[in-house]
Amino acid sequence: MNESRSRISGAVAALSGVLTGFLGGLMLRSPVRQPELEPEPTEAPQELAVVRPKREPKNYLNEDYSLRSWLTTTDHKRIAILYMVTITLFFVVGGLAATIIRLNLLRPEGALVRPATYNKLFTLHGVIMVWFFLIPSIPTVLGNFILPMMLGARDLAFPRLNLASYYLFLFGGIFTGTAMLVGGVDTGWTFYTPYSSHFSNSNVTLTAAGVFIAGFSSIFTGLNFIVTTHKMRAPGLTWFRLPIFVWSNYATSIILVLATPVLALTLSALAIERIFRIGIFDPALGGDPVLFQHLFWFYSHPAVYIMILPGMGVVSEIIPCFARKRIFSYKFVAFASMAIAILGFLVWGHHMFVAGQSMYASMVFSILSFLVAIPSAIKVFNWTATLYKGSISFDTPMLYALGFIGLFTIGGLTGLFLASLAVDVSVHDTYFVIAHFHYIMVGGMVMAYLGGMHYWWPKISGRMYPEFWGKVAAITVFIGFNLTFFPQFILGRLGMPRRYHAYPAEFQILNEASTLGASILAVGYGLPLVYLVASLWTGRRAPANPWGATGLEWQTASPPPKHNFDRIPVVTTGPYEYSSEQAERETEAPDQQGGLDRPVKATAGPLRRSPAGEEGGESEEGRHGD
Amino acid sequence: MATDVRRAARPASAGVEPEVAEQFEDLEQQHETYELGMWLFLATEVLFFGGLFAGYSAYRIVFHAGFLEGSRHTDVTLGTINTAVLLTSSLTMALAVHSARAGKRKLLAGLLTVTLLLGAAFMVIKGVEYYGEYREGLVPWLGFRFPGPLAGGVDLFFVFYFFMTGLHAIHLTIGIVIVGVIAALARKGRFLREDSTTVEMVGLYWHFIDIVWVFLYPLLYLLSRNGGAP
Amino acid sequence: MNRTRESALVPFAVYIALIVLLLITWGAAYVNLGPWNNVVALAVAVTKGLLILLFFMELRVSRKATWLAAAAGFVWLGILLVLSGSDYITRGVLHIAGK
Repeated sequence: MNESRSRISGAVAALSGVLTGFLGGLMLRSPVRQPELEPEPTEAPQELAVVRPKREPKNYLNEDYSLRSWLTTTDHKRIAILYMVTITLFFVVGGLAATIIRLNLLRPEGALVRPATYNKLFTLHGVIMVWFFLIPSIPTVLGNFILPMMLGARDLAFPRLNLASYYLFLFGGIFTGTAMLVGGVDTGWTFYTPYSSHFSNSNVTLTAAGVFIAGFSSIFTGLNFIVTTHKMRAPGLTWFRLPIFVWSNYATSIILVLATPVLALTLSALAIERIFRIGIFDPALGGDPVLFQHLFWFYSHPAVYIMILPGMGVVSEIIPCFARKRIFSYKFVAFASMAIAILGFLVWGHHMFVAGQSMYASMVFSILSFLVAIPSAIKVFNWTATLYKGSISFDTPMLYALGFIGLFTIGGLTGLFLASLAVDVSVHDTYFVIAHFHYIMVGGMVMAYLGGMHYWWPKISGRMYPEFWGKVAAITVFIGFNLTFFPQFILGRLGMPRRYHAYPAEFQILNEASTLGASILAVGYGLPLVYLVASLWTGRRAPANPWGATGLEWQTASPPPKHNFDRIPVVTTGPYEYSSEQAERETEAPDQQGGLDRPVKATAGPLRRSPAGEEGGESEEGRHGD
Repeated sequence: MATDVRRAARPASAGVEPEVAEQFEDLEQQHETYELGMWLFLATEVLFFGGLFAGYSAYRIVFHAGFLEGSRHTDVTLGTINTAVLLTSSLTMALAVHSARAGKRKLLAGLLTVTLLLGAAFMVIKGVEYYGEYREGLVPWLGFRFPGPLAGGVDLFFVFYFFMTGLHAIHLTIGIVIVGVIAALARKGRFLREDSTTVEMVGLYWHFIDIVWVFLYPLLYLLSRNGGAP
Repeated sequence: MNRTRESALVPFAVYIALIVLLLITWGAAYVNLGPWNNVVALAVAVTKGLLILLFFMELRVSRKATWLAAAAGFVWLGILLVLSGSDYITRGVLHIAGK
């Protein structure tokens, strides 16, 4: 057990070295190797090429190279980079745990680790992946970076709170990671009582404390996003002109703000019960372990919508761009995001059908769980309708987005099986459940994250990634993912339980297939790590709008200046103003002459700039929106 | 870009002009933003305490008799006095906000100080209660003793009693510290007229703590005071 | 920007109302009203809470978004209480062990 611990620690150390190098590269090296002719996109749009002396324009990266400026930054873009590096590190740690798990499951008797260690590994995998990768990922990286720019704002409403969020996250993560690596926790990421409160001899309290701290990071980020969206939209940017990415992050933020406090309380109660040996959840002292589950899942079910809604937002940006068509039925998609957020709070009992919850409550939760699938389905239909008669190009972000639609649909449909009371009795706590949520989280969310990273990479780094390797990685991920997790649906139906380090011999071939898939998946994840970092030095310089996309974030340079816009834009049209004439003009693919920007007006919706404060269009709600 | 500080119209009385942070266009946007932010934070606090209310509700159903019995052993006199103390502190806090907006420096500082003292008085009375409960053997972790078959329910009642009032007391303590800080700053002339946002936000937090207590009071002190089984 | 939203007498009136309500709820606890004791206690608590919210916290004159934020907290708490309560209230109704 100690060996695998130190193996993980060693690998973590090595990879943190790589990632520190990445961060160092970002901070210390200018992304521009040779100064080039660089048109200034924030000038009047008609000027395409401006001959300037050899000096790169100031942007948020090269503004100040010092370590201190990075660690004390309140710039939402730099904070996004800090988060990006940190969650990548956590993803690697969680992924290493998964690797050991899958290697162990190569043989029916358990090939690699002892049962006690196995329990600690799946707990580590769950805790790290849920709270330190999936929940933060898109909101804190892409949301932090892109959301203010989409709103035409200079920063979030509370920039210092944003930095505090990051440090809470970092501190919580280090705390939790240490607790899990030094000694470990074996309760599963769900911390069910009374095992976790009474019987487990592992670092439950410490881990709960670390997650508690990180929870405040979530709350503050959500709070920041909500207030920013209400109060800091550019003139003319009414609610129904907002990109769906904003709606999705707004809906996510509602969940972050309203659900996470209950988790905080639940973990506090758990810690108090463990420390003081008093019975809140302990049946021996009259407590009810199902109460813990009620309180835990009241947060943790909405949490899965925290994880998936931003991914849906990313897909809603990518699909219109690469189909050159505005999103089908914008209002339905926007309202569906809100509906998912709200309905998602009403279904938590479906995790507890066999836990001792009353039959009537279970029936209510079952019906509500069917209802919550409807807005998700609406989104899938609308994405598909957007593709219909669109002018589709299969760039890397689009590959990820298309993969998302298919895999999320499978994951979502299998969720309906789990929502059916009778079916759930036979598949609860089996690999069917594991396959279900990995299809959504990995097949959906992680692919959306990667898609979004590729889509906005030019904006974030000022560089283009290599399109060939992007496609190779996307396809590798897709193949590896399906090979890993489809067999698990079958295993679950055949009866293989989850969280077991060993299994009946007849399941071996499917487990081997799954492990093979996992190794392919690992390659698929490793590729972007390599080529995205490499692109910082060797990638082509990116123009302001390489995809010809709409959206305010593309109206400023790549990478953007520290204050995003020289002048706050005034918005006069809706989002996704892609038209068929533009589709014909978009023969100029990104891998042609880099460095020359397309005319801003022609590719994006008409967007005029005017001095700050001037009101364009109508805004009924009052000057700063509401 | 240097920090963009807009000057509000200089008030007649001496005071520091409020600064507008650079991500905002003007003071009004900044004020509205802080207000919405604080209310959202209070919404998270509602849910933070809410988990405890949920647990309380569940166990009151399951351990009905034990909860009633436990509630009879709380000190209702001190609890009622404390409720009045906290309501009074909300009054002084609301008046403090009014005086901040009106630019009355001494009144503001005085009212904030009174608020602080009332909050401290609450804590003292709570401490007296806690000590009394300890002496009677009602603290679940510290020598709990309760004869009779209802002991389990009474134990659970007092788990929630101490957890809920303790969490409330922690929030109140934080509030007292913050009010102390702004009282000191107010004495020096801060937060007057257009600059009153900070006082208003602290006021919102303080009133919220009061609201939590308004709900805790009947749930913990007033169950079954009349001898009949409700 | 309207800073002086209400007259300074309003807090005093509200305060008196709050104290009166406190006395009512305290007194009512000593009267045996059967199941209505709970109702009275909760109704008074809600009224006091609303008075503080609307007047001391000036929710009455606040913007829409503020209203939403305030309401959301309580509505969501309601969801937690109602749905988890639905489990506790209906346990044992079917007289099947564990359901």
